[in-house]
Amino acid sequence: MTVAPAPKASVPHVLVRYSPLLILALSWEAASRLHLVSSLALPPLSDVAQAWLELVQSGELVANGLSSLYRAGAGLALAIVVGGALGIFMAISRPVNVMLGPLVELFYPMPKSALIPVTVLWLGFGDGSKILLIFLGCMLPVTIGAYNGARGSDQHLIWSARSMGAARLRMIWDVVVPSALPELLNGVRTALALSFILLVSSELIVARQGFGYLIGYLGANGSYEAMFAVVLTVAFIGFLADRVYQAVVERVLRWRE
Amino acid sequence: MSHPAQIMIEDVSHHYRPAVGREVLALENVSLQVREREFLALLGPSGCGKSTLLYLIGGFLPIETGKISVDGQAVTGPGADRGIVFQNFALFPWKTVRKNVLYGLERQALPRPEREKRAQAFIDLVGLTGFEESYPSQLSGGMKQRVAIARTLAFDPRMLLMDEPFGALDAQTRSLMQSELLAIWEQTRKTVIFVTHDVHEAVYLAERVAVMTARPGRIKTIVDTRFNKDDPEVHRTKEFVDKVDEVWSLVRDEALKALEKRPP
Repeated sequence: MTVAPAPKASVPHVLVRYSPLLILALSWEAASRLHLVSSLALPPLSDVAQAWLELVQSGELVANGLSSLYRAGAGLALAIVVGGALGIFMAISRPVNVMLGPLVELFYPMPKSALIPVTVLWLGFGDGSKILLIFLGCMLPVTIGAYNGARGSDQHLIWSARSMGAARLRMIWDVVVPSALPELLNGVRTALALSFILLVSSELIVARQGFGYLIGYLGANGSYEAMFAVVLTVAFIGFLADRVYQAVVERVLRWRE
Repeated sequence: MSHPAQIMIEDVSHHYRPAVGREVLALENVSLQVREREFLALLGPSGCGKSTLLYLIGGFLPIETGKISVDGQAVTGPGADRGIVFQNFALFPWKTVRKNVLYGLERQALPRPEREKRAQAFIDLVGLTGFEESYPSQLSGGMKQRVAIARTLAFDPRMLLMDEPFGALDAQTRSLMQSELLAIWEQTRKTVIFVTHDVHEAVYLAERVAVMTARPGRIKTIVDTRFNKDDPEVHRTKEFVDKVDEVWSLVRDEALKALEKRPP
């Protein structure tokens, strides 16, 4: 029996891997140019690229993008810190678990986009309502990951740390938190994807800047090439964020076999 | 006796409460004294409560009935005077060999260069020079247990509690680790309580073997097992073989009882 050699990440390999994307791009261009579909519904990709350059040059894309990234970043950071701490406290403290466990179960399956009008009611149209929405929407996957991971902490590791002179809090930081990390980071990956969904949908509905606002504004004004350019930008940033995140996780968890 | 008892166990009983099912009496009226610098083996069939007794001495489980004191102080929780080595190694998987060995030292008021020096000395002692920056997942079972032993020795506990430390190792590694442990014990002369269900191991390593009964665990008898352990052929001497037979016959009855009691 022979084993196929592991594929290397060489330039030709990357080309092969992403060739479906290239085919899609070419079909898009062709479908539009050959009038197979209305160029209003699907403007040619080359026009979209042109519009993208103009959006970058005018500074609109960057300004709105930075605003969106700030909101997503702040909401996500809060969700990771608060959600992670919450999950770990639920795992180590029975009273906290009894108090918060049912609430987590109740709110976890709720569609978080339903909170868009609520957060606007509380914090208005600006950054605050988006950050709160992303924080609330992204917190529970992190909480549940942290909780499950922390609960799986090896009793013998806890005892080892204690017998080497670690006080309880020290032990939690040194043993329970790293034990929770793999599942916590899985929860963060879900949260990362959720944050983009919540960001764009809330900005589409109520905002004066951001990617979602720009998509809605350009669409309403009939600048469909530019609208598509922003949609593709958001898709690309989402993809890139996930890739970077996975690389970071691989580095953080390099101790695993 | 010339040495005073360092570990005093008096009339200790303990119930084991599984997550499901009814509670069982794991230990019943156990009394035992361990002298300072002594190597004592706790030997008994599976499920006889020998590990439970070790965890009670370690302060990991609450003492329900009876008394355990170490150096005259009642045990109320874990402490750095009692180092523990587990069968499953219990290394921090996210820490390198060096960081694992440093862990106990970092809890002590030592200057950093001193800590690093001590950690390196114990890594060298267990023959892992060159593996300082490896993670536990990159090591074999025998190497992992060496790290665990180095980690426990490094913070210089007065007692070593060893819970079937070589149970997960293959026969050759196990035999090597046994001689190494003896050499280390002769160098450091710490009090050792060594839990095992292996008669040969107990007789070879320990000065005294406390044989436990099947559940509920009690001390059945204590056998003196002092030999000239420096003799590499000690395993083949008549004295040693007879001692193994004697202890084995004591344990066999209990192992049979443990088998009969096992639920179908």
